[in-house]
Amino acid sequence: MAELVLTKNFGVPDFHTIEGYIRCGGYEGLKKTLEEFTPDQVIEEVKKSNLRGLGGAGFSTGMKWSFVPKDSSKPKYLVINADEGEPGTFKDRYLLEKAPHMLIEGAVIAAYAVGIHTAYVYIRGEYVKPARILQNAIEEAYAHGFLGKNILGKGFDLDMIIHRGAGAYICGEETGLLESLEGKKGWPRLKPPFPAIVGLFKCPTVVNNVETLSQLPHIMKNGAAWFANICQGAPKCGGTRIFSVSGHVNRPGIYELPLTVTLREIIYDHAGGIPGGKKLKAVIPGGSSAPVLTADEIDVKMDFDSLMAAKTMGGSGGVIVMDEDTCMVKALYVLAKFYAHESCGQCTPCREGTGWIAKILYRLVHGDGRPGDPDTLKSVADNIAGNTICPFGDGAAWPVQSFVKKFRSEFEYHAKERKCDVLKT
Amino acid sequence: MSLLQISTEDKSVKPSISFSPEAKAKFEKILTLYPPGTQAPLLPVLHLAQEEFGYLSLEVQEYIAELMNLPVTTVHEVVSFYTLFKKEPTGKYWVQVCTNLSCTLRGCEKIVDYISRKLGIQVGETTPDKKFTLTTVECLCACEMAPMMQINEDYYGYLTEARVDEILDNLK
Ligand SMILES: Cc1cc2nc3c(=O)[nH]c(=O)nc-3n(C[C@H](O)[C@H](O)[C@H](O)COP(=O)(O)O)c2cc1C
Ligand code: SF4
Ligand code: FES
Repeated sequence: MAELVLTKNFGVPDFHTIEGYIRCGGYEGLKKTLEEFTPDQVIEEVKKSNLRGLGGAGFSTGMKWSFVPKDSSKPKYLVINADEGEPGTFKDRYLLEKAPHMLIEGAVIAAYAVGIHTAYVYIRGEYVKPARILQNAIEEAYAHGFLGKNILGKGFDLDMIIHRGAGAYICGEETGLLESLEGKKGWPRLKPPFPAIVGLFKCPTVVNNVETLSQLPHIMKNGAAWFANICQGAPKCGGTRIFSVSGHVNRPGIYELPLTVTLREIIYDHAGGIPGGKKLKAVIPGGSSAPVLTADEIDVKMDFDSLMAAKTMGGSGGVIVMDEDTCMVKALYVLAKFYAHESCGQCTPCREGTGWIAKILYRLVHGDGRPGDPDTLKSVADNIAGNTICPFGDGAAWPVQSFVKKFRSEFEYHAKERKCDVLKT
Repeated sequence: MSLLQISTEDKSVKPSISFSPEAKAKFEKILTLYPPGTQAPLLPVLHLAQEEFGYLSLEVQEYIAELMNLPVTTVHEVVSFYTLFKKEPTGKYWVQVCTNLSCTLRGCEKIVDYISRKLGIQVGETTPDKKFTLTTVECLCACEMAPMMQINEDYYGYLTEARVDEILDNLK
C-alpha cells in the first residue's frame, strides 16, 4: 500500500479542528522549520524535495519562490489559489474541508521562506461551506499563536485573509486571480513580468495552489529526501498528489497516490473499473484542458514529465473517464460550450474561436453537420493555441485538437451522415 | 395636484437604499483587510450587498459606487463579469444544475428535464410563487457526486429523480 501524506488522517472526525490536527502531529513541521531552518534553507529543502505545483502547471515550487527579490522595499504577498474550477477536479475542496490547518501550516512555512507577512486565500465563490471551515480554522490558528504576531514566539508575523471569488473560471489563472483580488474583472495580465516580480498591488507575489502548500508541513517534518523518494523512477518529481476521478468509473472520488502510478492503475485498481463491465474508450488525465488519451494509451505514468511525453499533461490531476458508449462529438461539445462561456473576451482568437468551435460542434451534435467541419474545428483550434495572452486559449484548443485527431471517424460520421454512430440518434 | 401627490407618494414608498447598522459594521471591517486606497474590497462588499439586498439592482450598484468612491461604470463592469452576482432577483431557492462533462456522463440532462417538468418552468425561469429559479451551471467541482446541483449555499449530489423529489419537496 502506498504511503498517504495529505489524506492519511481524513478519517479522523475532528481533524479539521486545531485539537484534532495537533493530536495527529500537526504544526510539528512548522515548529521544526522555525527552530532549525533559515528562510533560504527552507527554499533549498523544498527545491530538493522536487515538489511541483499541483494547481496545473507543475512548476518547481522552490524555484518559483527563489525568483522573488530578496531585498524588495515593497511588501510581498502570498496568494493561495483555492479557486478550484478546472472541470473534473475537486481535491482542493476536500483539503479545505478536511484539513484546513494543513493548508494554514503550509502557508506559514511558505511565507517564512520568502519573507511574506500577508496571505490572501482566493476561494471560489461557490465554496461557501469550505470557506466557513477555513475561516474557523484561521481563527483557531490566531488564538493558538500559529498566525498573527510573533508566531510560536519566533518573531515571525503572518496575517491570513479569505477573499471569496464570484464565479469565473478564468480567475483561477494566476494573473486573472490577482486582478480579481484587486477588485476588478478577472482579465489575465501579459507575462512577463511574472507575479514573483510584479504581482498583487504591483508587489512581489507568490501564487501557490492549496494542495501544493498542504504538502509543505510534511516535507519539512520528514525531509526532502523522504518526499522525493516517494516517486521512485521519476527523477524530477516528488511525493504524492490527489487525483480526482469522475465519469464512468465504479468508485468516483479522490485518490492520493505517488505521481508514478499509471493511469490504468488509477482507473481499474483504485476507482473500481468501468460500470457494467463496459469497455474504456477515452480518458482525460489532468482536468478538462488536458489532451484526451485513448484506451490504448493508459499505461502512462501520471507524473508531469511522462504525461508530457505522451503529448498530454498532468494539469490539475482531474481524471475524467469515458466508456465505449460515449459520443466523443457530444463530449467535446460539452467542453467547448464551457470554454466559450468562460473566455474572458480579451484576445480575439480566444473570444471568437471558442464561440465558433462551440457553434460548429452544436450543429454536428444536432444532425446539422457539414462535410468540412472536422477540418474547420482543427484549423480554428490551431489558430487559438499559442496566440493568446494567457494559457486559457491553449486549454480551450487542446481538447479540440486531440479529440478530432484521435476520434476522427466519429467526427466524420457526424459531418457526413448527420447523425451519431454511437448513440444511434 | 394629482401629479404632485403621486410623486410625493412615490418618494415615501421607495425605500432609500442603505446598509443596516450590522452590514455597515461588516463593511467597515472589510475595508481594513486590504491596503487603503485600493479597489480590492469591491468583491467582498458586493457579496455583502447581495446578502443584504437580495440582488444587485442598478440602485444598489450606485449605492456601492458612492460608498466606495468608485465610478458607477466600474462597479457595473465588475458586477457583469461574475456569474454569482445577481443582476435580477431569483426565487427563494436558486437551483443550479451542473451540465459540464462529468455530470453529462452521469446523466444530468435527464435531471434538468425532470426538475424543469416538476417545477413547470424552463431553464432560466422562476416559478410564479417566486419559490424556485432553475438554471444550469458549469462544473462546480464536485464531479465525484455527479450528477449534482447547488441550491443556494448547499451542494446536492448523486441525483436521481427520487432524490430530487426528496430534496425539493423538503424545501419550505
Ligand atoms: C485557465 C486557467 C485556470 C486555472 N485554474 C486554476 C485553479 O483553479 N486552481 C489553481 O490552483 N491553479 C489554477 N491555474 C494555474 C494557476 O495559474 C497557477 O499556475 C497556480 O495557481 C500556481 O500554483 P502552483 O505552482 O502551486 O500549482 C489555472 C491556470 C489557467 C491557465
Ligand atoms: S486567452 Fe482567452 S481567457 Fe486568456 S486572456 Fe485571452 S481571451 Fe482571456
Ligand atoms: S462536471 Fe458537474 S460538478 Fe464537475
